[in-house]
Amino acid sequence: MTAFLIIIVIALLGVTFWQISKVFELSKPADASDSQIADDKDNNTQGKILLAFMVFFYGLMIYSFWSLSKFYLPEASSEHGSDYDRLMFISIGIIMFVQVITQALLHWFGYKYRGKKGQRALFYADNDKLEFIWTIIPVVVLAGLILYGLFSWSEIMNPEETEDTLVVEIYAYQFDWRARYSGDDKTLGKANVRFIEGINQLGVDESDEYAMDDIIVNELHLPVNRPVLFKFRSQDVLHSAYFPHFRSQMNVVPGMVTEFGFTPTTTSKEIRNTDYMVDKVRNINEIRKNNDDIAEDDKLYEFDYYLLCNKICGVSHYNMQMKIVVETEEEFQDWIDNQQTFGELINN
Amino acid sequence: MSVAAQANIDNHAHDDHHHHEPTFIEKYIFSTDHKMIAKQYLITGLIMGFIGIAMSLLFRMQLAWPERSFGIFETLLGRFAPDGVMEPGTYLALVTIHGTIMVFFVLTAGLSGTFSNLLIPLQIGARDMASGFMNMVSYWLFFISSVIMVSSLFVESGPASAGWTVYPPLSALPEAIAGSGMGMTLWLVSMAIFIASSLLGSLNYIVTVLNLRTKGMSMTRLPLTVWAFFVTAIIGVVSFPVLLSAALLLIMDRSFGTSFFLSDIYIQGEVLSHSGGSPVLYEHLFWFLGHPEVYIVLLPALGITSEVIATNARKPIFGYRAMVASILAIAFLSTVVWGHHMFVSGMNPFLGSVFTFTTLLIAIPSAVKAFNYITTLWKGNLQMNPGMLFSIGLVSTFITGGLTGIILGDSTLDINVHDTYFVVAHFHLVMGISALYGLFAGVYHWFPKMFGRMMNKNLGYAHFWITAVGAYGVFFPMHFIGMAGLPRRYYTNTAFPYFDDLADTNVLITLFAFLTAAGQLFFIYNFIHSIFYGRRAEKNPWKANTLEWTAPVEHIHGNWYGELPTVYRWPYDYSKLNEDESDYVIAGQDYVPQNVPLQENEEEMNH
Repeated sequence: MTAFLIIIVIALLGVTFWQISKVFELSKPADASDSQIADDKDNNTQGKILLAFMVFFYGLMIYSFWSLSKFYLPEASSEHGSDYDRLMFISIGIIMFVQVITQALLHWFGYKYRGKKGQRALFYADNDKLEFIWTIIPVVVLAGLILYGLFSWSEIMNPEETEDTLVVEIYAYQFDWRARYSGDDKTLGKANVRFIEGINQLGVDESDEYAMDDIIVNELHLPVNRPVLFKFRSQDVLHSAYFPHFRSQMNVVPGMVTEFGFTPTTTSKEIRNTDYMVDKVRNINEIRKNNDDIAEDDKLYEFDYYLLCNKICGVSHYNMQMKIVVETEEEFQDWIDNQQTFGELINN
Repeated sequence: MSVAAQANIDNHAHDDHHHHEPTFIEKYIFSTDHKMIAKQYLITGLIMGFIGIAMSLLFRMQLAWPERSFGIFETLLGRFAPDGVMEPGTYLALVTIHGTIMVFFVLTAGLSGTFSNLLIPLQIGARDMASGFMNMVSYWLFFISSVIMVSSLFVESGPASAGWTVYPPLSALPEAIAGSGMGMTLWLVSMAIFIASSLLGSLNYIVTVLNLRTKGMSMTRLPLTVWAFFVTAIIGVVSFPVLLSAALLLIMDRSFGTSFFLSDIYIQGEVLSHSGGSPVLYEHLFWFLGHPEVYIVLLPALGITSEVIATNARKPIFGYRAMVASILAIAFLSTVVWGHHMFVSGMNPFLGSVFTFTTLLIAIPSAVKAFNYITTLWKGNLQMNPGMLFSIGLVSTFITGGLTGIILGDSTLDINVHDTYFVVAHFHLVMGISALYGLFAGVYHWFPKMFGRMMNKNLGYAHFWITAVGAYGVFFPMHFIGMAGLPRRYYTNTAFPYFDDLADTNVLITLFAFLTAAGQLFFIYNFIHSIFYGRRAEKNPWKANTLEWTAPVEHIHGNWYGELPTVYRWPYDYSKLNEDESDYVIAGQDYVPQNVPLQENEEEMNH
């Protein structure tokens, strides 16, 4: 890799010198009549290059969609996520449609009407009808998108809280996450940073009875198909809890509690076996196998959902993550029954 | 009032013919002449741009080859890159200062400062700005703030590194990140001075446009450049003071123990006494400037493009009134959309709906502008000067970058792409690259006016094509790594094996970044060389209609010898035919400058 880099640097330097020598040549006016204003020859050449550039640009777009769109996140693993994906698909469809047409017109006109001596430009200053049309079309299309978006938005942001809803606090600090489950009483104990002391890392109020059965863990387990309501709390600076596979994100703000809810629909096991993930993981393992920087033990990668910090929060921002396990209701019950409650923690 | 003021200035100009020769200091340093101040802004802005772009190359290297040791890091970053390996804090500092410099120092001061100063008096037919002294102070405050910003790179604990938005508490607490110590203090001081500079400049532009227009120059005969600068200045006056208040409150939280933005914080084993503040308040204040700022950066570029495209297409700009209306609509809407940066900040979701609505509204005037540019090219006689190419390039990147705004402006879709590389790609194309293209278009087009010489066109072509290929090469693929859920501001992506397959694309992006930066060497050489050795320019090299091209090539105090020009028409009478359509209005000349009275055999238009 380093050798590769050195070659590139040398190549770039070479290009630079070559270009600078050309620069000197080019900058000397070929003859005194060269006005530095584009003449017919320039118009012709530049118009053609513009067309060539259009080909490059469309090529780049096609290449990107062809070989980079595999990076898109897999199908959403949450209930509202499929709605999100549909809206995203429609929006990308619309904007690419507009993009392909407008860029083609722009570049084509640039080429077609490149200046020629004696060519007369059309004095065309106004056309109310035309302008009305291209005001009204975006209005209608955008109105549609806005309406669709707003319905989804209000559904996502105001999830119904049912009997069944699992309430989990996500607690952020430089540079890690903790999750606190509300336990049997389904109520989180009160908490404030002023209660932080010793092993009471989350500042849970020890005098609050609701707190005693709370369960604090550093790996988030979620039962599939059951709504979860997250309440986010930060100990120090802004963080952002980003669950990319569940199409969820909420900032974590010191001094207030923010919320976001979703219903996971795909267990960790299920998603590992999807075609998408099998391919992706195989590819990643291939890359990791050939990377000497990775310790032998860490080479084999298996997909797990993760939660990551997505708001700059300090030097180790890039490595603030928590593993998420989505499992069946029974597996979840098994797991949570084996966790220590807050009461047990402080009384030990 | 306006007439009286104008008369005074006229008189002044008449008995000014035998005034004393300015000394070197008066002429080049503490100049009150708008043309000199424009050049000072441009050169300072370009130097800052050089620093900003160089920084981006450094952190792009780190992103492509994470935690690799590079000699260049050791040389340039010294103790911030022990053994040539960039430290995480250094990466964040580079990202922060790159953003700050590019947004404020290059694209606000360098672009709007340069061209508002140069073009407002020249295009409206005024002798100078309303207050030459205030204008000078504005530049020197900008200079001081630039010096402070650059000097913050050298402090012991490192420069500000909380991202260019400097959200507290991270930016308020040196315990949270080293850059929030002395570096952050200097950042805030620098920005406070910068805002003062910007306000002085803006007030001056507004007053000048309102009061000093020459005879016949009604508002509907203003070139779109002046409209853009004028409205930009108004947006600046409305929104920059809010940023100043945010900066002052942040200074107080940092140094005087107040709690505007801080509450319930436990850091490094201690509970801080702050209580009751809210970081979300800061976000509101910041983005109340931050979003209009996008248009402060973009509108001047669009104004320049309108002028350059019309001149080089030899056609009137299509839909002049719609263009003015769009500028006004964008200006108004820009102040009510700031919340779209905060959909997932913890703000009330209902507000999210409101801001989605206003944000998507702003797409309408933007779309109108893009369509009007394309129509202006249609059936033109396009003169492919470098300025024209950059203008066409701007329309292209403005569309590409603007369209993805429809995704980010939609609160629902923003949830999953917020703060990912998708955002980085979006705003770099729509405001970064577009505004830079506007800056370059302006420099190539008005270089003859600024320096009395021409820039080399072949170098200009090379500059444009390398930049155009490189910029799309950097930012188009970047959308896709954003769609993979890759967060921005990550020192390295290797902590997540999930992102391993994105590494090649990151290398590709970095290579394109180097290509783009190499392209800028053509510009630097061309710019400096042409100042001294460029071909001498004629008075009106582009055959343009606006008033600046009626002024003599040599720079004189007061811009015009004798009387100020009188205006009889709008600035876009390109290729206008006479009534019997046998020839142009002025036979054999496809343009009619604004100071030419209505000709016989010419149909009168609305303007």
